[in-house]
Amino acid sequence: MQHDDVIWDLIGSKQFCSYKVKTKTKNFCRNEYNTTGLCNRQSCPLANSQYATVREEKGRCYLYMKVIERAAFPARMWEKVKLSECYERALQEIDENLIYWPRYYRHKCKQRFTKITQYLIRIRKLTLKRQRKLVPLSRKVERREKRREEKALIAAQLDNAIEKELLERLKQGTYGDIYNFPIHAFDKALEKQDEESESEAEEEDDEEGEDEDKGRREFVADDEIEESDLSDFEDMNNLKVSDEEEGDSSEEEEETEEEMEGSPGAKSKGKTPLKGPVRKKRPYVEIEYEQETEPAPKSKAS
Amino acid sequence: MDFIGVPVSEDTTNTKNKVKKTMKRQKPFQEPVDNGSVEESESAGSSFPPTFSLSTIKNKQRRHLMFMKLKQEKRKQKLELRKKRKKERDALGDKAPPKDVPKTIENQRVYDETTVDPEDEEVAFDEGTDEFSAYFNKLTNPKVLITTSDRPRGRTVRFCEQLATVIPNAHVYYRRGLALKRIIPQCVSRNFTYLMVINEDRKVPNGMVLCHLPDGPTAHFKVSSVRLRKEMKRRGKDPTEHHPEVILNNFSTRLGHSIGRMFAALFPHDPHFVGRQVATFHNQRDFIFFRFHRYIFKNEKRVGIQELGPRFTLKLRSLQKGTFDSKFGEYEWVHKRHEMDSSRRKFHL
Repeated sequence: MQHDDVIWDLIGSKQFCSYKVKTKTKNFCRNEYNTTGLCNRQSCPLANSQYATVREEKGRCYLYMKVIERAAFPARMWEKVKLSECYERALQEIDENLIYWPRYYRHKCKQRFTKITQYLIRIRKLTLKRQRKLVPLSRKVERREKRREEKALIAAQLDNAIEKELLERLKQGTYGDIYNFPIHAFDKALEKQDEESESEAEEEDDEEGEDEDKGRREFVADDEIEESDLSDFEDMNNLKVSDEEEGDSSEEEEETEEEMEGSPGAKSKGKTPLKGPVRKKRPYVEIEYEQETEPAPKSKAS
Repeated sequence: MDFIGVPVSEDTTNTKNKVKKTMKRQKPFQEPVDNGSVEESESAGSSFPPTFSLSTIKNKQRRHLMFMKLKQEKRKQKLELRKKRKKERDALGDKAPPKDVPKTIENQRVYDETTVDPEDEEVAFDEGTDEFSAYFNKLTNPKVLITTSDRPRGRTVRFCEQLATVIPNAHVYYRRGLALKRIIPQCVSRNFTYLMVINEDRKVPNGMVLCHLPDGPTAHFKVSSVRLRKEMKRRGKDPTEHHPEVILNNFSTRLGHSIGRMFAALFPHDPHFVGRQVATFHNQRDFIFFRFHRYIFKNEKRVGIQELGPRFTLKLRSLQKGTFDSKFGEYEWVHKRHEMDSSRRKFHL
């Protein structure tokens, strides 16, 4: 005779049940044949001689039934029925198999079966999607990599490398005419021009020497402004300034002419470079003139 | 009453210690008198019987003291040697032998047989016909799609935005759970040339997949030390829309060359020199450092650079032929830690 009540009396509350999990509000049952998962009088597979569950194995669902007639044969106690893949047909099969069973078991089995099919669908959907692969990090390796990276950064000297590369590109002329100081080319051209001018100057000197011997006159411009005793200082200043300007401009013109001659290759746009060619100081003589001017006669208004 | 002194086993070491200590105490008295004698006494004091070693002293404090003294002596000897050498060098003057080149890791690098010779014709031929040839023959213009892994967090999002400002013609799209293999044909149909996926872990970008699109190679990098724009010290204003120049440093092997070309093909052909912006990929010991600067030439010998833009370092993890296919793709190169990280002087890029 199966004594379910006695069993439940013992394992339900009084004594120990190894499948029971107690939490603050509820008791759960860890028995794999339990339909609902809770520890109840009706849900306990040990305390019910007639019991039914649905379990899934490798994606297929099976209906397990236990009847009192087989209580003496533990090996054959659970009857396993394969349920169809189709949801509705499987529900019908559950109904057929549990036809004269209490409503409770039919209901709970169908509920459990529904839940199982839902999670099986979800599994299938998820496996189709990308799955995040978790790769374990080795702490030692990570630390080593970090240290190597720091050392490599120091060894790289990035700023220097970048600056060097940019200057290289500037030298090679990849930037074209954007920047105003193609001084390397300029200097080289200047050197060339200096060499040429030196050789020319030598020739010219020889020639000039010959000319002077012949007695030619040369007109040399004077750099210094003559000081005169004019009373009108403003005019003097104006004169001075104008003379200076003229003098400077003439000098500049001559120099720019020289530059243009000297650097046919380099195009000088706008400002002249800082290191201009050295201005040659021409020999000059200071001469002072004194002019005596009579004051203008004052006309009296009559 | 006679007191018999109990012999202690540590007597010998104690006396030696005391000898050393007395020597130390006598030094300040002796120094002003005679320096030479001090050195002699010191050297005399440190000549212990050859069986003596520091590890036999049981007392930690005394042992430590002796060790420090030993170290000091060694340092002094080294300094003397250096001074002597310097004196010799000065004495010789111009005839002195040239200074030795110090050994660096770059000097001692194990020679990689795949290092590219600049005049190598085979390499030139290969590069003329590989997947980037279309770009390098100026047939295509780069168009980059930047995206992330699922559900990116703050830093990654901002990093992607900043990358998009740095790389011209780049678009950021959110992932929203799409599979990469489905994104790729769509990108190809919309004429994208690059797909860049920033992988994120715990709110920080840690990986990058760079996929050249019309069936080009896919490179997977580990991203580290990401600095966003606002974390940069002394940075300039935001980058403008001008196309930056590209600098690729130290890509020497075949693998390095292909990666370098990959980076070069990210940027358009015609850099706007007016913009004065430069993006640098510098390879050092297999770490690729990315920097974005604005430069200005102060004169022909000096240039000032100002860092704008994000900075990060990359380390190549794998290079796969064809577009992204982690399961069935054919890997050209995979970083295998046990094989490749065994020597500290061997680098692959």
